[in-house]
This record gives sequence, C-alpha cells and structure tokens, in this order.
Amino acid sequence: MKFTLKIWRQKDAKSKGRFETYNIDEISADTSFLEMIDILNDKLIMDGKVPVAFDHDCREGICGMCSMHINGRAHGPDDDITTCQLHMRKFKDGETITIEPWRSAAFPIIKDLIVDRGAFDKILQAGGYISVNTGGVPDANAIPISKVDAEEAMDAAACIGCGACVATCKNGSAMLFVAARVSSLAKLPQGRVEATRRAKAMVAKMDELGFGGCTNTGACEVECPKNISIAHIARLNREFLMAKIKD
Amino acid sequence: MLDVIVIDGKARGVIVRNLVNGEIERYGAHAVVLATGGYGNVFFLSTNAMNSNGSAVWTAYRKGAFFANPSFTQIHPTCIPVHGDQQSKLTLMSESLRNDGRIWVPKKMEDVMKLRKKQIKPIDIPEEDRDYYLERRYPAYGNLVPRDVASRAAKERCDAGFGVNETGLAVFLDFATAIKRLGKHVIEERYGNLFQMYEKIVDENPYETPMMIYPAIHYTMGGLWVDYNLMTNIPGLYAIGECNFSDHGANRLGASALMQGLADGYFVLPYTIGDYLANEIMTPKISTDHPEFEKAEKAHKELINKIMSIKGKRTVDSFHKALGIIMWDNVGMARNAEGLKKAIEEIKALKVEFWKDVRVPGEANDLNQELEKAIRLADYFEMGELLARDALNRNESCGGHFREESATEEGEAKRDDENYAYVAAWEYKGDTEPLLHKEDLNFEFIELKQRSYK
Repeated sequence: MKFTLKIWRQKDAKSKGRFETYNIDEISADTSFLEMIDILNDKLIMDGKVPVAFDHDCREGICGMCSMHINGRAHGPDDDITTCQLHMRKFKDGETITIEPWRSAAFPIIKDLIVDRGAFDKILQAGGYISVNTGGVPDANAIPISKVDAEEAMDAAACIGCGACVATCKNGSAMLFVAARVSSLAKLPQGRVEATRRAKAMVAKMDELGFGGCTNTGACEVECPKNISIAHIARLNREFLMAKIKD
Repeated sequence: MLDVIVIDGKARGVIVRNLVNGEIERYGAHAVVLATGGYGNVFFLSTNAMNSNGSAVWTAYRKGAFFANPSFTQIHPTCIPVHGDQQSKLTLMSESLRNDGRIWVPKKMEDVMKLRKKQIKPIDIPEEDRDYYLERRYPAYGNLVPRDVASRAAKERCDAGFGVNETGLAVFLDFATAIKRLGKHVIEERYGNLFQMYEKIVDENPYETPMMIYPAIHYTMGGLWVDYNLMTNIPGLYAIGECNFSDHGANRLGASALMQGLADGYFVLPYTIGDYLANEIMTPKISTDHPEFEKAEKAHKELINKIMSIKGKRTVDSFHKALGIIMWDNVGMARNAEGLKKAIEEIKALKVEFWKDVRVPGEANDLNQELEKAIRLADYFEMGELLARDALNRNESCGGHFREESATEEGEAKRDDENYAYVAAWEYKGDTEPLLHKEDLNFEFIELKQRSYK
C-alpha cells in the first residue's frame, strides 16, 4: 500500500511549526501505524534528514504515551484503540493521511508530534491518590466491597492518561480524565476518607492549568481508548457539588 | 540515567540526560534506588515497552555492582507471532488465556501446508487430526505447564515443521472447547479485552477461529545482585523489581513480577533502607561539585559526542535488529556451546561495526530519540555478550536457561546440581573478561528433584 503523509513538524516549543508532506510505499496492510512512521523515519535518516519525533512506548494500548491526531480523530480511524493499535489495513491504498499532535493549550508542543502532558501529572499530584493509613495486608481484605462497586472502580481505573479526551473535546476539557481518577477512588471505602478534598483539589488544578470547561458533548467518551463512560463525569460533578456544599 | 556516582565506595548520586533539552544534570543523594526494569530489549523483539532498557543497571555494573545470572531470561509462550521484518515489538497475550485455551498444531503435514496456503481453515481440521501436544506430553499439567516448558514445546513442534502460519512460527491457542463448555458470554467476560486486542492487531476473531501464538522474550530473572535488604554490593545502591536478580531464581511464574514490585517496593525496601540511612544521619547533603560528578559528566559528554560524530551509513535500529537476531538465534530458547561462542564473536564484531558506521541525526542538545536509542544500544552489545558468556559458563539446563547438551532423553531440561547450584555473579573487569563470583545455593529443607509435569 502507498500513502501520502502530511505530518506536523515543529523544531521545539518556541519555533513555529508547519505541515510537511511525505510519500511512502510498500507498506503491508498488517503494519501498524507507528511501524509505518518507523519506516518513514528510516528513510528520512538515510536521506540525511531529521526523523519525526513521536511519543510511544508499550505499543500495546496500555501506557498512554502514543498520541497522534490522525485525519482529525484522536488515535485515528478506529474505535477503542490507541494510535499504536491502529493498523494500515484501516486505510485505503493511496490515501492522504494527516497527522498532528494533541491540540490543547494545556499540552504545549515539545517537538513535532510530542506534547507535554505534565499537566495530567500535576492534576494527579493535587489529589489523585489515597494517603490515609489503610493498615497492613489483612486489613485490606477486612472491608467487603460489592462486586458492582469494584467493577465500576476498575472500569474507571482503566484510564491510561493518554489525553485523547482533551484533544477531542472542542473545549479542551480534562473532565473525563479527572472523573476517571476521582471515580476509581471514590467507589472504594479507602477512597471515601479524602473524597471531599480530592474532588475540590483536582478540579481546581484542572482549571488552573488551562483546561476548558465541560459542556457535555460526550465526544470524549466516543474517543476514549478505554471506553470510559461520561457517567463518571456525572459522579465527579456530584462529588464536587457535595464537597462545595459541605464547605 | 547515565551513571551512578560512587564516592569513597558508596553510591552518592546519579547523573542523567534531560530528554527534552539534552543537558546533563547532576543529583546528589545519600542512597540510590534503581527500579529500572528488565533488559529483554537486548533481543530487540520482546514484549517490553520500546523505551525499556538495561542501561541503568549496566552502568551500575560498570561501576562495580555484580550482575547475577544474566542468562536467565524468560520466554513467554503466548505472544502474537511476528508479522514481518518491520515488526517493532511483540505483543503479549496474557497467560490467563491458557486457563481455558487449548494449544495444538495439526497432526498431518499436508494439513499444515494447506493451512499455510489458506486452502483450509483451522476449524476444518477434525479433532482426531489435531495434536494437542501439551496435553499429549504432559498429561498431569496439560496446557498449564510452566512458561519455559510450554515455550520449548512450541519451538519443538515448529522446528519439526508443524508451524501453522506462513513463517512456520506459530501454533494455535483454541477456545472452541471452552466456548462450547462455558458459553461465549463467559469467555467474553473473562477475556473480552484480550480478544479485542488480538483482533485489532491480527484482524481475526478469536471467538470464531483459534488464536495464533508463538514464544517471545518477556522477563529477565537475572539482574543486579542484591542482598536480603535489596542492596547491591555497592553500599547505598539498591536495586528493586525486575532489575535485580532476586525472588525468582531461574524461572518465573505469572504475575510474580507484580508480586516482586509490591514485595520489594512496598514491603521490603521501606523497612531496610532506613537501616542504611540511619548510619548516614550525620552526613551532610552530597554536593554535586564533587570531582566524581565532574568526571562522570565529562566521560559521558565525550561518549555522546563520539556517537554523534560517526555519521555512518546505518541507522541505530538496523544495528539493534541485527543484535536481536544474533541473540534470538543463539541465546534464545535452546542454547549450545557452539552457538554461544559464535554469538560472542558476532556481537563483538557488530559492536565494532556500530562504532564505525552508525548514523545518528539531529543534535545532542535537543530532544533526540535516535541518540537515546544509540546510547542504550551501546550498552546492549556488552550486555548481550555477558548474557552469552553466562549461558556458556552454565553447562546445565536450569529454568529458563536451556542447554541442548544438558537434556533428558525426552528433551526436558536437566540440571546439574552437583556443579551448578550457585548464583553466577559477574564482576566488571574493563577490557578483560569479567570475573565470576559463585554464590552457593544451600537447600536445607527442600530436596532437589528433576522437574516433571507428567
């Protein structure tokens, strides 16, 4: 298969960026999207050019590093995947593919397709943890948790922090991310102890870092590679409201 | 991390390269803890994340920390087979699938040929023509034999010519029996996310056709030698998790890496590091102006400049792939003396080639992923050599380390407990061969026996 790739190139945070066009051929349909970029980079290096810088690590959909906006969709034209799980058989032979980094004021570009998602770390540091003494090993099993709650917490905990929700949202809101993190802890007894402080602190941090507000478009849920439901946003809103009322 | 700083025999900090701007930064500390993971990527293709590397433990080794049992690498039996030579890494299919999946290859060679040419589908092959080889060879454990046994069994069938895909390097993991017995919804509840992952990659539906799997490098049991407090032989340098050699011995069971992460990081180190730090309570903060920091920074700046200046004709990846092939072919599932000696020579030659002909584009003082890879690869050559050397030294088959010369009549691993019941801790000796320290293993309550899963 052959493709025309329009890729965002940007030398560093301070330089202006622009699209560069590359042609590539002899790509097998079983090749993954990132492997195709690897092949392109090999060519660029041998031609004496600078290869395209992009984030990747596990290449299996778990680490949340890979982050490309492909043909206008976060993680490309397939559902429930991250960019590394996208394969070239999802494209038509000869197609022009546009590749951009995550678009968000809160994720400044570092180079080419790499953005700085440190904002997510800062939100987590603001309250996305449990810091109470939960006892030793037997104590954890001493508090029964219903399977329904455990499953719900696990579904929320599946969030890999990739940022596709932010990139997709027309407001650039991080609500799905914050909701997933708050939800996964709020459903557990150990998480209830600091629930009030957590909701307030994480939402405040989110606002401070320049993410947008949520207008319930639901676009984030559609693009989330882990299928996280916006019901968690509803839970976050409730947690936040309760926290504010208690104040 | 570029280097561990050792002052007066104690680990007193690290120097690192900032990945965004390329600057070398110094950090002083009263103790250093390495939790840097495994070195499986020395084989290039592994289930590890692509940025996972062994450079941190390797620099610790060069500073004097013993590297124990490097040849104990685990090959996981159920990974998605390689699709072509542009493969960047291997995807793991969770071991939990072996709870319900049945592994098989066709009994008849003609069926194998027809499968490879896509003239028939796997479901067309009747039960009596299927060789459920794990169930056949190991009636007691069946599909649940340990990873090294399952991996070698898959290799045996594929080497005999019964591999079921075009490359001949794949066997079936079949859920039809389980789906019939438990119903599709139960299988979906248990493995839904794994089946979805498989389908995205291979474009086949595991509910309707058997999965194809093949063994792949996964975990490294070897690593830095540590004592029971998780401290290496360099005072103040700790190694926890996959980067140390401890907890698993020569083999490793599923989820035990997670176990080790918790055990080392949560239950052990917080209680043992205090003991060391207590003796350092009067030590002031370590100044990064110390000459050792200066020396290390200078040495690594020179190394980086050297790598950048070569401007040869081959990419870093092309060298890495070549190393991976040498390692997989000679230091993989089945090792023998001739192959290991050959590997050592070939790695040495490849290393020389690398330092003559590698091309790293861009600049050092910038985000430069090719440079990052090159720095790691420079370490992998030496690591691969030590791995092969350790495998050559251990003239027995033990756990994940299989020497063809040391096998039972049925082809199972045969240990030599009289001569090899020790931990092989290697000490870096610069340009000369590393020095082997043997830590004898004394079993007081357990009687050593030949492993049998029949």
